[in-house]
Amino acid sequence: MALDSKIPQGPIADKWTNHKNKINLVNPANKRLIDVIIVGTGLAGGSAAATLAELGYNVKAFCFQDSPRRAHSIAAQGGINAAKNYQGDGDSTYRLFYDTVKGGDYRSRESNVHRLAEVSTNIIDQCVAQGVPFARDYGGLLDNRSFGGVLVSRTFYAKGQTGQQLLLGAYSAMNRQIGRGKIKMHTRHEMLDVVIVDGKARGIIARNLVTGEIERHSAHAVVLGTGGYGNAFYLSTYAMGSNVTAAWKAHKRGAYFANPCYTQIHPTCIPVSGDHQSKLTLMSESLRNDGRIWVPKHKKDVEAIRDGSLKPTQLAEDDRDYYLERRYPAFGNLVPRDVASRAAKERCDAGYGVNKTGEAVYLDFASAFMRYGKEQAHVKGLDEDDAILIRKLGQEIVKNKYGNLFQMYEKIVDQNPYETPMMIYPAVHYTMGGIWVDYNLMTTVPGLYAIGEANFSDHGANRLGASALMQGLADGYFVLPYTIGDYLADDIRTGPISIDSKEFDEAEKSATEIIDKLVNNNGTHSVDYFHKKLGKIMWNKCGMARNEKDLKEAITEIAELREEFWKDVKIPGEANEYNEELAKAGRVADFLELGELFAKDALVREESAGGHFRDEYQTPEGEAMRRKEFQFVSAWEFKGEPKDAVLHKEDLVYENIEVKERSYK
Amino acid sequence: MNLTLKIWRQKGANDKGKIVDYPITEVSPDMSFLEMLDVLNQELIEKGEEPVAFDHDCREGICGSCSMFVNGQAHGPDSMVTVCQLHMRSFKDGDTIFIEPWRATAFPVIKDLIVDRSAFDRIQQAGGFISVNTSGNTQDANAIPIDKHDADTAFDAATCIGCGACVASCKNSSAMLFVSAKVSQFALLPQGKVEATDRVLNMVKQMDDEGFGNCTNTGACEVECPKGISLENIARMNREYLSASLKG
Amino acid sequence: MSGILNSSIGRKFAMALSALFLMVFLLQHFSINILSVFSPDIFNDVSHFMGTFWVIQYLLQPVLILGVVFHFVMGFVLEIKNNKARQISYAKNNGGANSSWMSRNMIWSGLAILGFMGLHFYDFWFPEISIKFIDGDMSGLIDPNNAESGYRYLEHLQHKFVDGWRVVLYVISFVFLALHLLHGFNSAFQSVGANNKYTKGLIGFGKVYAIGIPLGFIFIALFHFFNH
Repeated sequence: MALDSKIPQGPIADKWTNHKNKINLVNPANKRLIDVIIVGTGLAGGSAAATLAELGYNVKAFCFQDSPRRAHSIAAQGGINAAKNYQGDGDSTYRLFYDTVKGGDYRSRESNVHRLAEVSTNIIDQCVAQGVPFARDYGGLLDNRSFGGVLVSRTFYAKGQTGQQLLLGAYSAMNRQIGRGKIKMHTRHEMLDVVIVDGKARGIIARNLVTGEIERHSAHAVVLGTGGYGNAFYLSTYAMGSNVTAAWKAHKRGAYFANPCYTQIHPTCIPVSGDHQSKLTLMSESLRNDGRIWVPKHKKDVEAIRDGSLKPTQLAEDDRDYYLERRYPAFGNLVPRDVASRAAKERCDAGYGVNKTGEAVYLDFASAFMRYGKEQAHVKGLDEDDAILIRKLGQEIVKNKYGNLFQMYEKIVDQNPYETPMMIYPAVHYTMGGIWVDYNLMTTVPGLYAIGEANFSDHGANRLGASALMQGLADGYFVLPYTIGDYLADDIRTGPISIDSKEFDEAEKSATEIIDKLVNNNGTHSVDYFHKKLGKIMWNKCGMARNEKDLKEAITEIAELREEFWKDVKIPGEANEYNEELAKAGRVADFLELGELFAKDALVREESAGGHFRDEYQTPEGEAMRRKEFQFVSAWEFKGEPKDAVLHKEDLVYENIEVKERSYK
Repeated sequence: MNLTLKIWRQKGANDKGKIVDYPITEVSPDMSFLEMLDVLNQELIEKGEEPVAFDHDCREGICGSCSMFVNGQAHGPDSMVTVCQLHMRSFKDGDTIFIEPWRATAFPVIKDLIVDRSAFDRIQQAGGFISVNTSGNTQDANAIPIDKHDADTAFDAATCIGCGACVASCKNSSAMLFVSAKVSQFALLPQGKVEATDRVLNMVKQMDDEGFGNCTNTGACEVECPKGISLENIARMNREYLSASLKG
Repeated sequence: MSGILNSSIGRKFAMALSALFLMVFLLQHFSINILSVFSPDIFNDVSHFMGTFWVIQYLLQPVLILGVVFHFVMGFVLEIKNNKARQISYAKNNGGANSSWMSRNMIWSGLAILGFMGLHFYDFWFPEISIKFIDGDMSGLIDPNNAESGYRYLEHLQHKFVDGWRVVLYVISFVFLALHLLHGFNSAFQSVGANNKYTKGLIGFGKVYAIGIPLGFIFIALFHFFNH
């Protein structure tokens, strides 16, 4: 099937408006006759569920958590971008559009990104109307801050909890509709398959995680807002339950999977402390404004630091390697996420990692203490030569800016970051890839939609800070509710979809078979055993830097691991009860398939772009080398096994932005 | 370090449960409490026993899933943390640790340490929202300036993660801190004032119907709240409720 | 407004109002009793006034009794309801880590006070009511037939504090009263919604009240015991 992205004609600034004016609408009386299933209730799913219910559709919403409020959108710290230009610093829809396309390393679809920038301002209006407590200044107006690599202040925030506050906004809008009976909420339910009837998505098979019951749910359209798949790496900043199952099952039923290899690896996370580690914690990117990143220059000092005989604070300036400042004098410690992450990996691979696992670099605030301290001493007319006083004054300033982050660090690592430099290491954080969707956010399966992180559309090969929240809410509040009407307009006379069709029988049977197989497997190893192994392969061979040899090995190893998993996994308990191991097993089984496609996609993409870096395609200075011939979206069609997936290309056309080289020297 | 865990095991909602002892060895002080339980569960699975079921998701203290009463305190002995942020360095070699689910009639046990907190959702559904449809142009976000102090206080109330530690710690299993946080957030904002009367009456009614106890101002909830939600919110809700009752 | 007592906050508010009323009464009771230490005459005069003035006897006294009964009954109702809200208790509960002993044991300090009130009514209120309304003697005199015999109030008071066991019971009861007030005073303000910038000061004042008043009563009891 040829990919049709259905991008409207006309100038980019008018595409969305014209499209909205021309698409079909469903009249209010008919909306009552139409059911929509929404899987996932994070920012995208939650906002879509609430909005569709307000419009009058009957919404059936599903989440695996015990409440929609716990979706992992809640963990986003920094903020949400919007081209409001409240600061009068020259921001505009075009600039947000431009920054996002450039930040995505010219691998996203222009028309979608422009629409995202257009509706960004509506998001802020909507959220304020809902009572989201954004930060305000003393005049009572909304405050903004600037974020990674852009030249304006357009990020709205609610202290370090922007994601939580926005999600609670969407959750409250959902609650209003649940109270009215317009949303039927199914918590602790996991989608196991999507049901296709006559070529259209007409329902899902879900498992009630409390009772273990397999349920059939039908609707006229199915929307997936199920997030990203970074947990394929086992260790990531994702929630423990984040999974690819819904997206993967949709893929197996005909939805193309786009750019699976585009993964964002965030440079400032707390390093792994041991084998027991289950989860990584992000420290806000904003720390790089004041922290300097370094490792020792000499191996002997590395050894001494690792065995505890040398403290990092004792190491002389000349013996330290501020490698970002050395390699990127212009941007220094403020290079984009992908660049900073790769540079840290390069040093640690060369043996300069500073913790016992050898996978950590220092993020040092000592010079920020002194710089701020001197300033304070000057302002207060105190002795500018008193180093102890200055350090103390400086620490106060840093505490005001990042106090909660320092506190969180101390809680986890048990070291005082005011006294000794922080240790950081990159971690998997976001997946730009996802289910392929057209301009209407519909997948290649008619009636099946994907929104938020679950789709691929807006971030290209690298996502800018504070854009994930923007995209989730844009899709859910302002895009999908319009575009889905165009499709549903044909369904006003369809009537309720029966759950007794042979398609439902078949889908339920296939879901049940998998479960039966898992619980009766009687293997010897737990699910986590396999998940950890997969994570190691992914991290070592499909991580921050990839090459042909590693990727080929990864493909083989993942396939072997998958086989071993099905032979040897051990699931205690029964299918018809609360059984977390069983739920986990289903998710890991899908990661084991996705991982292979991930590696295959990375192998095919013989260039470096954004989060995807191939050792073979770098400039002589070690920077990412984009290649014109790869200016396309890879959309994979499932053909029985991940290795047999067929590649479809959607060419990316840039009519409004000139494609340039990114340089941070 | 080596520890003895005394964990509440209960097969299902309708089964009887009991405390079961589990010795655990070689616990690293760098582990989080949940990672320590992961290790125990891996051992149980290898032995062919059922692992201990507990709610958890983000493991960074924000989703509010984790819910354990550890050694007699919600989220364990440390303050301002959820149990996923509690680290084993807070314990010492040879300790005996009791691990129990939240106890409240309104939070029935589903399995082991997992309880059903949907009562919280129903309270929110009764009125924990501002009735505004998605249009994106209700009015410009900066159309109504909001006093910074009010905005900050509303934010502080809004930081509630809905974990239920307040109910679990309260000797009366009262949900007042949770409900008052939501009531306060909206009562402090001009957008929320329009519906304030109905909101507080409906939410309190739902809270009572769910079978939570009465607040006797012990203040345990505030101390155990991982987000430090203040008792002032309860006082504010009391005022809101009384003035709403007089109006209604 | 109707049915306000059916809501948790309504009950809590009513509990607080009755508590505030009882605390005012307690202060008034104490103010009169302390007179017995300083001036037997004034004490007798005021006691006679309180015991015979119709507004107090027929209006305030019933209100007071109603307040006391309400406070106790509601206390029990709340306790029962609260126990129902947690049917399975914790195997290990470290309540001391997050709340005061007083706040967690209001029912026990309350019951101690209830017990004390039985004794106190037996000692003072029943004889008083019996003399006034059964015997019909409204004179307040030790010997109703002898106008020179003086008021009986102080004598009655002193007479009661002869027995050591009674003084001990009174002292213990006042300790419970202090414990009850240590939580109750500020709790009442919180319940009626008064939690603001004055709260910190009020907490201090509450402690002074909660310890000072019972201590004063203890002083009065001991004073009469030792000075008899």
